[in-house]
Amino acid sequence: MMGALDGETSPQQEQELSRLLENDPVLEAEWEQLQRVKEVTSGMVFNKPPEEIWDTYWTGVYRRFERGIGWILVSVGAILLLSYGAWEGLGELLDDTTTPAIVKYGALAVIVGLIVLLVSVVREKLFIRRSDPYKDIIR
Amino acid sequence: VSETVAERILVERARSGDLEAFGELVSRHMRRAYFAALGLAGSHDDALDMSQEAFARAFRARKSLDPERPFYPWLYQILRRLCFNVHRDRRTRQARLAEAAPWLVEEAGRRAAAEDPARQAENAELREQLDAAIDRLPARERETLVLREFEGLRYREIAELLGIPIGTVMSRLYSARKALAEILREG
Repeated sequence: MMGALDGETSPQQEQELSRLLENDPVLEAEWEQLQRVKEVTSGMVFNKPPEEIWDTYWTGVYRRFERGIGWILVSVGAILLLSYGAWEGLGELLDDTTTPAIVKYGALAVIVGLIVLLVSVVREKLFIRRSDPYKDIIR
Repeated sequence: VSETVAERILVERARSGDLEAFGELVSRHMRRAYFAALGLAGSHDDALDMSQEAFARAFRARKSLDPERPFYPWLYQILRRLCFNVHRDRRTRQARLAEAAPWLVEEAGRRAAAEDPARQAENAELREQLDAAIDRLPARERETLVLREFEGLRYREIAELLGIPIGTVMSRLYSARKALAEILREG
């Protein structure tokens, strides 16, 4: 029926459909409903946007490249600075004899935990996702 | 043939990071990508946003471009995943659509060409319900219907674009039209 509605059937298939419709009133009623839907949808077109959007379309795409590069630089810079700060801070904290041991162990655990999380995320992005057989499945 | 060769050259240049060549590919395919996104997303703002984002992601993934294959089907895979993922949250989507202008309109000149005014009026009323009815379809059925009805692709072209058999194209169209028939009948 779909092929007949969309003009994608051969003359033999058309004849076969006509024969089936003649002998089956339920099928014929369904056919009429589907034809009605086709008639209504055939009269519709996409609502066209203003022509001016095409003049600035490329600019919009290009802006996304720039922002992407910007975010990468900001992220890399932030990670470097935070890592350096954490390293220096931890060194000072561990060297300081007045700091209670529990604070030293707590700070050490936070830093090691962050490193483990970072390595885990990077490993997932770089290795696991590459070999994931379901990565193309759209959820 | 010359168009195909020209596009292949552009794809090869874009693969090597040539932004000018990629810009030319964008110019060639931006309208089609926009309308494909409009069919999937249902609003102008989302269609513009997602089609531009799809081009940006395509440029980032340019190394996986195959110059021997047409550019658009490859881009379309990025675009459809983007649209499906963004609109996974149905409530957010409904809220956005409620604020958006209709994405489908009556074809210009059709009203004037009608022979039966009563039938024409009835069709106009049904078309008003159509926007919402199509939005309620499952994503894959909606996509197939849009490609057939509003982009005017043949079954073979839809099958190639989506990477599915022609039989699946027909079954998705059947499910979509059957659901629309029910919705329009109830409305």
